Amino acid sequence: MLEIRTISKSFGVTPVLHEVSFEAGRGEIVCLLGPSGCGKTTLLRIIAGLEQADAGQVLFAGRDLIETPVHQRGFGLMFQDFALFPHRNVYDNVAFGLRMAQQSKAVIRDRVAEMLELVGLTGYEARRVHELSGGQQQRVALARSLAPRPALLLLDEPLGSLDRTLREDLMEELRLILKHAPVGSDAPAGITSIYVTHDQQEAFAIADRVVIMNAGRIEQVGPPLAVYRQPANPFVARFLGMHNLLPGQVAAVLPDLLVATALGALRCGRRTARVALGDNVVVLAPPDAASLAPPSAGEAQNLLQGQLLAVSFRGSQVKITLKVAAGAPLVFELPGSAADDLPDPGQPLRLALDPDGLSLLPAE
Amino acid sequence: MRLHKPWRLLYALPLIFLAIFYFYPLLSILSLSLMPQGRLDLSGVQALWTRPYLAQVLWFTFWQAAVSTGLTLLLGLPAAYVYARYDFPAKSLLRALTTIPFVMPTVVVGAAFVTLLGPRGVVNDWLMTAFDLTQPPVNLLYTVWIILLAHAFYNATVVVRIVGGFWANLDPRLGEAAAVLGAPRWRRTWEVTLPLLLPSITAASLLVFLFCFTSFGVILILGGPLFSTLEVEIYRQTVNYFNLSLAAVLSLVQLAITFVVMVVYTRLQARASLPLNLRPQSMTTRRPVSGREWLLVGGVNTVLVVFLLTPLLALAVRSVTLGPGPPTLRYYQALGSSPTQSVFFVPPIEAIRNSLLFALAAVALSLLLGLISAYLLAETGPGGRQSRLARALDPIFLLPLGTSAVTLGFGYIVALDQPPLNLRTSLALIPLAYTLLAMPFVVRSILPVLRGLNPRLRESAAVMGASPAQILREIDLPIIGRAVLVAAVFAFTISLGEFGATLLLYQPRYPTMSVVIYRALSQPGLVNYGQALAMSTLLMGVCLAGLLLIERVRVGDVGEF
Repeated sequence: MLEIRTISKSFGVTPVLHEVSFEAGRGEIVCLLGPSGCGKTTLLRIIAGLEQADAGQVLFAGRDLIETPVHQRGFGLMFQDFALFPHRNVYDNVAFGLRMAQQSKAVIRDRVAEMLELVGLTGYEARRVHELSGGQQQRVALARSLAPRPALLLLDEPLGSLDRTLREDLMEELRLILKHAPVGSDAPAGITSIYVTHDQQEAFAIADRVVIMNAGRIEQVGPPLAVYRQPANPFVARFLGMHNLLPGQVAAVLPDLLVATALGALRCGRRTARVALGDNVVVLAPPDAASLAPPSAGEAQNLLQGQLLAVSFRGSQVKITLKVAAGAPLVFELPGSAADDLPDPGQPLRLALDPDGLSLLPAE
Repeated sequence: MRLHKPWRLLYALPLIFLAIFYFYPLLSILSLSLMPQGRLDLSGVQALWTRPYLAQVLWFTFWQAAVSTGLTLLLGLPAAYVYARYDFPAKSLLRALTTIPFVMPTVVVGAAFVTLLGPRGVVNDWLMTAFDLTQPPVNLLYTVWIILLAHAFYNATVVVRIVGGFWANLDPRLGEAAAVLGAPRWRRTWEVTLPLLLPSITAASLLVFLFCFTSFGVILILGGPLFSTLEVEIYRQTVNYFNLSLAAVLSLVQLAITFVVMVVYTRLQARASLPLNLRPQSMTTRRPVSGREWLLVGGVNTVLVVFLLTPLLALAVRSVTLGPGPPTLRYYQALGSSPTQSVFFVPPIEAIRNSLLFALAAVALSLLLGLISAYLLAETGPGGRQSRLARALDPIFLLPLGTSAVTLGFGYIVALDQPPLNLRTSLALIPLAYTLLAMPFVVRSILPVLRGLNPRLRESAAVMGASPAQILREIDLPIIGRAVLVAAVFAFTISLGEFGATLLLYQPRYPTMSVVIYRALSQPGLVNYGQALAMSTLLMGVCLAGLLLIERVRVGDVGEF
């Protein structure tokens, strides 16, 4: 449906996007995920037509859009703080795009009613937009972008200016609306969407596919679960909140995959990356990959020896920080029931790492 | 914030001052116009529609103000757009340059336009030499055209500042949102940008209209005897015909109209401050990219700078190149002597001394009263909101801003010439009038800083043992010092160039610079003309220095002017 081909863009001498390419299928929700300043918003603005790319193509339904001005693209765009027209009420905001498309009064009235019902704001037609709460403004903005039946919906941090609890409520609802939005009579429900966010939780909850960006380049593309299970490189792992990265060298490939690290040899059960003997790699130990080592365990593999720095009880989980011989302290989450068996902070502690939980990333 | 009890007694001072030197004169005008013989008599008011001449004056005052406003918008709006949306080299310097006309005294502007477009002006000289003509081809002096041009020259800055300032903070994403929703450029302008800008455009238009409506010096100097606005007519009826009751009626009309415009203006100001999700300017401006955008930015700035600076440059250059021969300082030297045909009893240079003394007295008095007023208006009641007393008095301190100087001077003549307050022959009348005219500017320069002053600072100083006087010295003054300096410069330049009230109140033995310039301009003879140019140039220099000082010490865009 949407195809981005080798888009490059710089502001003055500062490069913002470097040969970025990805695709979005019909009805698919694709999240552009990355830290602030990675170029994701600029990419969205290029797709919308609000910025011109220096090089590359934006194709929609097979047609190159580079020459099409913004107002003729027929897309929808939701801004971070919504950009609702402050001098118009809710009805007029939602009706704006329909009026631009020269719809009849009756059609506009029906469609606005349908949209307000979709976002749960029936009865708010005459309200001024500054009288609405943040969450209501967000719904009006969504209704306004969906009303003209855009062929593609672009969302720029649409939940970014809302507080945390509201954001979590709206995440799931937003996905449902996007997946069931009536697009046209012939097309199946669900609108093709490009969703920009810096929040990985939000991206995982909403996206069919995430595109992880850093410094103007794409680092990884894939379904949320796959990306979380197997980050493509240490940047992606850290960005997704996984900080236990242990550099090492492949010491054996058969029968088991063994990596020699500064903390000892680690056996990795999952052979996702193609590696050869002697390769420099990084072992990723997710927070949930550790458990307390039974005292009987000898000098077996996958044992981490360290000093317990801090314990933070979180209810169903207990979060521990372990100081190890080399590198930054490691952080793990143990089941809450393990709290009884933990020594006092400052005491030595041994943890066992589950080989099937560890994965290999290419070295930085 | 709240001052301690004994200190709050000081609040009475500015209120007493306003009562005696603002409300009492205005009430005297009211009683003179409605009760000339001590009982109600509306014959004076009836003259407004029974005498066609007065209707003509009123009509001319209206339409010249309306057309001037239109012309000013035509010049100011494109500039407001360019300054609001683009970032270009030397932007802050250019912006400061465009402010210059606004701080110029009316007599200087009058002299500058005479120098540029008058029969002996730079343009005519150049055309006559270039095309070998014997008669000056451009005859704009004493026509309405030169009045309109001078008004646009004067007020373009108001539009650029008010509309441009508002525009610069307007979220450009609103326009982008409309674009994505399918609105082509003209519909984005028509349906989004203009409606949002409208309160600021209306506010700027009203202010410009008010300035042009009460225009005095420009009309008197550039319009000659043929053109009369209400303001000029009040002066003529008072000084030339000594028809005080008619002057009082005209003043009343003038007051009523300016009052209505002021009320509408403040209403719109309040509306313009509806929640609009304003953005910092760094997010709304960008470099021009295409050649067309550079052409727009360059073109607008060129027109603006040429139009706004040429008259003033012509004035300065002409003051040393007037007459035959090489450049000379003789007109400056002539300021020290009293030529026989002079209209004054004293050498013009004494006018400079008089102006300086009057202005300094006005600065001292307006700072004292203005500071106290600002503290009064910054008072907070329970809950940290403006106290009720302050809310009620706030508009009263703004009123003098909408009152014309001539009306005020006229009010002093009718009110303060008999016991208990017989100041008619006192030199104090002039600085008192200046103080009143400068006070709104002083208050508005200091008030925002004072309101922004964190009360915790004072509280923590007090907890550490500082007395109220020590708090004032250690906390308040260092923080509001810059604002006070800005206020002082405002008061000084306003006083130095004041013309309308001065012309009614000055005494022949103690003329001010503005009076000397006006008199010298209306006299024949090269020396008189040269003296007028020389003194105008001096006055321009002082105001320019004041502006530079303000631009340097002003923190950010603090202050409301």
